[in-house]
Amino acid sequence: MKPSPFAYAKAKSLDHAIELLSRPDGEARLLAGGQSLIATLNMRLSAPKLLIDLNGIGGLAGIAVKNGQVEIGALTRHAEAERSADIARHAPLIALALPHIGHAAIRNRGTLGGSIAFADPAAELPACLLALDGEVDIASPTGKRTVQADDFFKGLFETALGPRDVLTAIRVPAAADDTRVGFAEFARRHGDYAMVGLAACAQADGKGLGDVRLAYFGVGAVPLRAKKAETRLTEGNIDDAVKALASDLDPSGDVQATGATKMHLAGVLLRRVARQLMEARS
Amino acid sequence: MSEHRCDITLTVNGESVAESVDARKTLVDFLRDDLVLTGSHVGCEHGVCGACTVRVDGVIVRGCLMLAAQCDGARVETIEGVSDGGEIADLQAAFEQRNALQCGFCTPGMLLTAQELLAGGGVPSREKIREQISGNYCRCTGYHAIVDAIESVAQARAGNKP
Repeated sequence: MKPSPFAYAKAKSLDHAIELLSRPDGEARLLAGGQSLIATLNMRLSAPKLLIDLNGIGGLAGIAVKNGQVEIGALTRHAEAERSADIARHAPLIALALPHIGHAAIRNRGTLGGSIAFADPAAELPACLLALDGEVDIASPTGKRTVQADDFFKGLFETALGPRDVLTAIRVPAAADDTRVGFAEFARRHGDYAMVGLAACAQADGKGLGDVRLAYFGVGAVPLRAKKAETRLTEGNIDDAVKALASDLDPSGDVQATGATKMHLAGVLLRRVARQLMEARS
Repeated sequence: MSEHRCDITLTVNGESVAESVDARKTLVDFLRDDLVLTGSHVGCEHGVCGACTVRVDGVIVRGCLMLAAQCDGARVETIEGVSDGGEIADLQAAFEQRNALQCGFCTPGMLLTAQELLAGGGVPSREKIREQISGNYCRCTGYHAIVDAIESVAQARAGNKP
């Protein structure tokens, strides 16, 4: 199908984008990579009156490592992050997740900020942000603020972003020598949205693991921490951790799988990811 | 400031183009309807099938997931330009020799997608080739012949004898 008519404006600056968002004349949407938004427009699942194209704004893309954190500008494209030595070295969980996102042509356009802001419950990057205890920078007419990943994802496609907010960057802690990460997902076809996925981060602690954060995606309205399984994994018991998932997760069935199948797959993923977490970092 | 119609100037296959387009017109519809470059195909119109794959500023994109209005100042290349320029003549020949196409609907997108992988150099694994074309649907061949064709070109370009 073709989109409903809308007006198009190319934002010249962040302030200009916020100004355009603040106009009272109807629903406006921000256009970043457009790899989800334009699909929903084409299918007429969404019919905004105004599209505000962020792509011309300088300074919203780029990757920087500073103060022990990796800062990723919202307009950084997946393909750019995939090629980044800084991401590979300092944000290895994101490096593991990126190849699973869409396909080559999608990753050439799609942006990290767009993926976080859209917050598809089956998407990889929101779960990575949660597993890494990352944070999100937001600009608004009243100023800038930072929101922790734990507080950012509110509901199905619903985040801490208000109608006049622009997500400008995400930040995650830079990996230390003892940081361990793991990532796995089940998708019917490479690049499809996952049926179930798991992003995980931990700190090596002698022979065991500490500060384990397990973030599942595709099992609920938002990426979900499996907190009881995290505790069991910290105690070093994988079987108990898998059993604990029964109280952490309660996935509904969807077109791809029943809830019971998803629960089973969540356990399989936990075993795989636990192995990755326990491997020494090369 | 914001318009339902946008004036855009871009290059398409090396030629300068200036047009006025509907803001809601996708790049692939602009190429097909306004410029009559019908080699890029319209399949699913929501980014799944890959039939509309074109190059913008040197990288492959979904022609259905970009607006023509976004291409002001861009360098767009379609299968017409890329094949006429001879860049993928070996890949086209390999597709023919290996029966890597039947109806041909997916072929323009498949060729551009494969070329982006091959342009990276080296001989990618068959798994990597399958990963690269995972976003391009082919309903005729079963993909095996396509993977064969891409792999054979990678080998040939790397100087390996068949």
